[in-house]
Amino acid sequence: MSTGTTATSGPIGAAALGDNNAEGLKADARRERLRLAGLCSPAAILVLVLLVIPVGWLFYVSFIGADGQFSLENYERMIERKSYARIFQTTFEVSLLTTALCILIGYPLAYFMSQLPSRIANLCLITVLLPFWTSLLVRTYAWLVLLQKRGLVNTWAMDLGLWDEPIKIVHNMTGTLIDMVHIMLPFLILPVYGSMKAIDKDYLKAAANLGAGPTRAFWTVFFPLSAPGLFAGSLIVFVLCLGFFVTPAVLGGGKVIMVSMKIASNIELFVNWGAASALGVVLLLMTVAILWIAARFVRLDQLAGQGH
Amino acid sequence: MGKHLIITAAAAALISSTALAEDKQVTIASWGGSYQDAQSKALFQPASEATGIKVKEETYGGMSDVRLQVNTGAVTLDIVASGSGSASRAGAEGLLEELDYNIIDVSDFYPTLKMKYCVGGDVFSTVYAWNTDTYGDAGPQSWADFWDVEKFPGKRAYRGKVAGALEPALMADGVPPEQVYEVLSTEEGIDRALDKIRELKPHIEVFWTSGAQHAQLMKDGEVDMTTGWNGRFDNAKKDGAKVAYSFNQALLDYDCFAIPKGAPNKDVAMEFLAEISKPEYQANLPKYITYGPTNKAAYDLGVIDEATARALPSHPDNAAMQLPVDIEWYAEWETTAAEKYQEMLTE
Repeated sequence: MSTGTTATSGPIGAAALGDNNAEGLKADARRERLRLAGLCSPAAILVLVLLVIPVGWLFYVSFIGADGQFSLENYERMIERKSYARIFQTTFEVSLLTTALCILIGYPLAYFMSQLPSRIANLCLITVLLPFWTSLLVRTYAWLVLLQKRGLVNTWAMDLGLWDEPIKIVHNMTGTLIDMVHIMLPFLILPVYGSMKAIDKDYLKAAANLGAGPTRAFWTVFFPLSAPGLFAGSLIVFVLCLGFFVTPAVLGGGKVIMVSMKIASNIELFVNWGAASALGVVLLLMTVAILWIAARFVRLDQLAGQGH
Repeated sequence: MGKHLIITAAAAALISSTALAEDKQVTIASWGGSYQDAQSKALFQPASEATGIKVKEETYGGMSDVRLQVNTGAVTLDIVASGSGSASRAGAEGLLEELDYNIIDVSDFYPTLKMKYCVGGDVFSTVYAWNTDTYGDAGPQSWADFWDVEKFPGKRAYRGKVAGALEPALMADGVPPEQVYEVLSTEEGIDRALDKIRELKPHIEVFWTSGAQHAQLMKDGEVDMTTGWNGRFDNAKKDGAKVAYSFNQALLDYDCFAIPKGAPNKDVAMEFLAEISKPEYQANLPKYITYGPTNKAAYDLGVIDEATARALPSHPDNAAMQLPVDIEWYAEWETTAAEKYQEMLTE
């Protein structure tokens, strides 16, 4: 722009011109901000209408008692009745175990895939993604058929002589975990694989060059570089697990009761919506707390990207 | 000319008002599936033909839907089919219209199969069923047997909700059927029933949550014994499941029809309920599903053959062996009991 070219022409009017310049830049920045706000507004309004207002409403309703008055009874009930604490405990236990198992299975698989030639790796990725295209309900019932007393797993294992009596692998925590890990695995593998692919192989060569063995190079160079992806994936898996409903309901044998199931039963059971809303609020706050703690270890915006 | 117009207008008004009178209609919501098919074929369609009341059928998600409609003042349903317990609680909550038993004739009804807000539509039983491969035909004959894991070793399934779950436990604990609800009407009584279930819990493999589930558990041989709804076991048996059940000490329960508060066609709905409660409609229900009529007179019409009648929960011989579910108890105690029940489940 013209102001720009004159500013470079000589030191004489530089101060005055600099002021002009600053004003112009400020105006530019203002305009840009406005335009940006304009572009963001549809999304912002959507979030406001579909998220902020309903969640605010949820908070409000959770403080309304059975008689329609403001009351803390919905929260008091959760403290008085031991089942609520146990249900939250189960929810976090199931979520933690699922996340841990996903890491144990998913990390090595992602590592293996990241070392393959890209054509084969892509094929592997498709097989990882394949379960995504099958309904969760179908997969859950399929596991029920496979895992039950006279299911394929038990009958084949007994035919092969692996065990004599059918073992209990469904209608309990085990069955629930098997299905949840199956469902959640892609959510872990994808970010981990992404962050592994982004690691420059030269780093490993450099490590080797400096005398590190393969194990040492992996743990001191490769693993720390893949850690953001692993962390992001684990967090996604964990948070998604907290809200699971179908899997524990079908495969838990009625004994693995998670928060979402209790929310459903409270809607049926209590006259007011508050009883269920309070559970939602507590779960939401706990999840936010976990994200907040997690944010102290890793930047949350990395969850959106793939580790870098 | 002007006079002529007035007469035409008056005539038109007259015609349209008679047309309105003929154009009576009700919207009925039920549970869908083969259950609603049976209701539709045996009750709704024939009654609609006989009365000229048009019927629009919908499916719904239970009394929480009614609660939402009534609370927001947007009631679209005229009649809803419901379980007796939830109808009782919805009535107490003020969600339902009081039924007019001067219009609906219930003089031949079993006295326990109707209430202020809901008139019985069919009778079912909560029974204990057993795998005939495991125990033969001489399976458990009482709730005490159901609890007896030495005489009848094997895995059990039990309901995951409190409805129909405490009564058997008390009977197994030696409480005579007629005193069950008396005992249950204190927190100690509820705890006594829960302790009895705790005793059996190590042998309970699954706490079931739906009729389809308990039927499937028996079909797959996943458990050897379960509680459940008799009609489902009959269907499972037709599909080849090795299952038998007994009516002894079973819980006699019923589904009923209610009118949501502020229903748009409340009066027509009342008239329609009067029609479908008549024995001639009720007698046809067992043709389509193995649930019995609530109107005793239905047995006298000769429509239900002897073999079918004997298999129905509401057959006098079968009904005599059972404990009728006490709706009033559920209205008062279900919430308390349900919370305690969940406590037991999560232990």
